[in-house]
Amino acid sequence: MKLFQRLVPWILLAIALFILPAALDDFRLNLFGRYFALSITALAIDLIWGYTGLLSLGQGIFFALGGYAVAMNLMLNTKSLAGGNGIPKFFENYGVAQLPFFWQPFWSPIFSLIALWMIPAAVAGVVGWLIFRNRIKGVYFSIITQAALMVFFHFFNGQQKLFDGTNGLKTSTTELFGQLVGSPEMQVWFYRLTVVLLPLAFLVCRYFTSGRFGDALIAIRDDESRLRFAGFNPVPFKTIVFLVAGALCGISGALYTVQSGIVSPQYMSISFSIEMVIWVAVGGRGTLVGPIIGAVVVNYLRSLVSEALPEAWLFVQGALFIFVVVLMPDGIYGWITKGGLTTFLAAFGIAKKSKTYPQLDKEFIPVD
Amino acid sequence: MELFFSQILDGLSIGSVLLLAATGLAIVFGLMGVINLAHGEFMMLGAYVTYVVQSAFKPMGGVIFELYFPVSLVLAFIVTALVGVLLERTLIRKLYGRPLETLLATWGVSLILIQLIRSVSSAMMLGIIVGVLLGVLFSKLLAAKFSAKPFFTYLNGLGWAVAIGIGLVAVNLFDQIRPLAKPWFGPRNIDVTAPKWLQGSWGMIGTIELPGLRIFIILLSALLLLATYWFLNKSVWGLRIRAVTQNRQMSNCLGIPTDSVDSITFGIGSGLAGVAGCAITLLGSVGPNLGAAYIVSCFMVIVLGGVGNLLGTVLASLLLGIIQSVIGSGTLLTIFPNMPMAAKGVIEFFATTSMSLVLVFIFIIVFLQFRPNGMFPQKGRSVDA
Repeated sequence: MKLFQRLVPWILLAIALFILPAALDDFRLNLFGRYFALSITALAIDLIWGYTGLLSLGQGIFFALGGYAVAMNLMLNTKSLAGGNGIPKFFENYGVAQLPFFWQPFWSPIFSLIALWMIPAAVAGVVGWLIFRNRIKGVYFSIITQAALMVFFHFFNGQQKLFDGTNGLKTSTTELFGQLVGSPEMQVWFYRLTVVLLPLAFLVCRYFTSGRFGDALIAIRDDESRLRFAGFNPVPFKTIVFLVAGALCGISGALYTVQSGIVSPQYMSISFSIEMVIWVAVGGRGTLVGPIIGAVVVNYLRSLVSEALPEAWLFVQGALFIFVVVLMPDGIYGWITKGGLTTFLAAFGIAKKSKTYPQLDKEFIPVD
Repeated sequence: MELFFSQILDGLSIGSVLLLAATGLAIVFGLMGVINLAHGEFMMLGAYVTYVVQSAFKPMGGVIFELYFPVSLVLAFIVTALVGVLLERTLIRKLYGRPLETLLATWGVSLILIQLIRSVSSAMMLGIIVGVLLGVLFSKLLAAKFSAKPFFTYLNGLGWAVAIGIGLVAVNLFDQIRPLAKPWFGPRNIDVTAPKWLQGSWGMIGTIELPGLRIFIILLSALLLLATYWFLNKSVWGLRIRAVTQNRQMSNCLGIPTDSVDSITFGIGSGLAGVAGCAITLLGSVGPNLGAAYIVSCFMVIVLGGVGNLLGTVLASLLLGIIQSVIGSGTLLTIFPNMPMAAKGVIEFFATTSMSLVLVFIFIIVFLQFRPNGMFPQKGRSVDA
């Protein structure tokens, strides 16, 4: 059993790398690639919400920043898309003759690869530090991150000359290594890249949530005042974890952008950022496996419902929010690991009831 | 200078719309500490109530039609307040003391409300009624027989699932009947025509015209604010609400029905949102997505003004309105033509509606660096204040 448990992650990885690409058609595989990319965002949110208790409603900022970084680099390096000045055509439509100065470094792929996680991390670090320094927490933190999200949304949406406004940047028609990014062959490669990066993100999160640093995060979540009284300053812990989450969201956004073919200000809409939170809630916050399950399950459900009955999705999503918050606060994974399944089976007399006090019986941990 | 004054007037009216929307939120969030992300959708409900009332009054025509607006103000308050009480009794009550969870659950409610308005038809309404009635019936029947069994909770859930399933089937069946299947509102925007006495100008001050609509909205928000202030500070229930806000357990011990207080507070907050929605219909066409445009600004107003402080809410909303209008229209440039190039560039950069919103939010975030608890912070001794 022990050996099997150890092998489970490798088996899952092998399935994702070798069996899924063979079993699914290009379209479905691309969808799963997107789900896995979104799982990285879910992991990041779990890091700050599930472990540190900071419910950020602004992760869309970092997600979109990562996407914009990679999209601009791809656009700049595609000769067929360039207008008269050698810069992407949409600039011409708005009468911009020269590439804006802050886009200049994005000619270089190496810079872009670093920028796609470094810029979100820097923004998250600054925003986080400003907020945490003032001991703004709880719902106020959520509201302010949402306001920050609106700032970025309106900025990207309103500045056509800099970001092509509402249209966003299209990556599906760009070229990389001489191949079209939107082509099935490239998409398979992006899928593989995502499948490799997801476990790495998982390991990063496990590194931050285990050991003394992780203990501090959980202490901040459970009783920040007491941590302060014990002589710790929570500000650096919170800032660092917010920064790491920002970087992960940036990577996730970049992976999602190349697979969905476009990055637009819609990635910074209020609803998308709250949706990210619900993936974590459905999967199980405070665990690292939960968010991945949640992101994949909710998004798969979404594509199923949207294909069958597009109007029904908002109903289903709203019901999901309410159901998870009221009846299943631990999420799917938490429900299983905290003994929800055992209690369920016991209620119908299938599983054995515990004979001793529940607290003493390791097999039987009741949900509170 | 005249231009400046008319900009200020414009800003005041933007601010008073914000104030209308934020007053309800100031009660729900400021007093109860409940984050209600469905607040914007309550405004939307108020707007749709106005639309329905207007459609009902249209055939009468003449003088009676001109009076539809006061009627719809009252009805919008009542309908949204009832929806608010229903929401509090069924959902919010379960989540007191868990503000982040409340936030997520009310977001779910807001999604459902948006889609409901988009696709509601007679068939759907009948289906919902069938589903809810069956669900209640099932849970009563099951409770009578199995309430002592350990699996009762799961069985109850199954009962509800079956009831909802039957409801869905009922919707599909009713949809076959043509007249029932037609959506009431549809996803498109609706238009409410302002009554004649609100259109046009209400006189002049010097050379500045006073647009009737704007003045009416300013007056309405002032009136509602006074009413709210009176209710909270002079009425019996207001006293109880304040008592529960300060110390729930002690109030309970002294015989204040905290349950009813919660429902009433939430109901009034929601009702005020409905009135705000009703007023917003005067400014232009409204659609199911109306709420999203206001909700973030409303929360910013509350945070900027200081939670639980009506005066702060007033000042913050008027200030935001004026800044937004003055910056967004680029009036500063016409008033001070001899500005240095750099300042001019900055002002031109922000001189659109959305960019002025960017500037306002940045301003708030910077302001909170110096006064983290807003303009009028609540004084208290608790650690987590």
